[in-house]
Amino acid sequence: MFNPADQKFDPHMLITMMSKNGHNALIGVEYHAHGDDWCELKLPYNAQLASDATTGIMASGPILTMMDMVTSMSIWLRAGKFQPQATLDLRVDYLRPATPGNTIIGHGECYALTRSIAFIRGFAHDGDPDRPLAHVAGTYMFTAGA
Amino acid sequence: MKINSPYAQTMGFGIERDTDGRLILTMAYDDTKRGRPNFLHGGAIAGMLETIAYLTIAERLGDDDRPMIKPISVTVTFLRGGRDKMTYARATIERLGRRIVNIEAMAWQDDPDTPIASAQMNVMLDRG
Repeated sequence: MFNPADQKFDPHMLITMMSKNGHNALIGVEYHAHGDDWCELKLPYNAQLASDATTGIMASGPILTMMDMVTSMSIWLRAGKFQPQATLDLRVDYLRPATPGNTIIGHGECYALTRSIAFIRGFAHDGDPDRPLAHVAGTYMFTAGA
Repeated sequence: MKINSPYAQTMGFGIERDTDGRLILTMAYDDTKRGRPNFLHGGAIAGMLETIAYLTIAERLGDDDRPMIKPISVTVTFLRGGRDKMTYARATIERLGRRIVNIEAMAWQDDPDTPIASAQMNVMLDRG
């Protein structure tokens, strides 16, 4: 398990470790990129996660799972350390369906941080960031000492 | 979204009825649903809430009316950590319009009176 010792938070390492098992492994989330207060994950197309076998369109659940994870990462990046937290709420606007076969990229950003609450936003696209599939906004609570 | 959709099958969702005949979605715990150790992933809970919303709408519409059910927006509120046990979800239609459905869903484990998460969802009915 990730050791939250004083070392700098490394999203690539954490995602690689977190994606080996659990729900992230089931949907197949992978690391894509990160910056000081943002992170990107990718979700390769998987017909087993479609909402309808005929259309092959990805269900919204896996996209929401990825956005929950990538926005979590952005908080740890902005804070500069890993600390336990819980999602309070997450809103997703579904702008258009993903194109079957395309890898989906999730971008998460922590835009404000208080002692106990983190505020996030993000979006998902499947190749062109100017044509997003979904926008998200949400809040997280730090649970240590709660 | 159907209960036999690839996503629902991958998630291992099941269907039950409560004593009032209401549709209940079930999900057994295993490692593929896990987020942090011994807790359900929020994404798995949210996936349940969305799925029971779609199924409840499809059931209300009946076999003669089969529009495409498209999500517009969802707000998921996480109330408690989901533990490593059986999870249930049900949905209540607040308004069924010609084009828009407003629906609320909730998930629980031991007792429906102590939900682990709820969702408010707006859905479009697309009849082409």
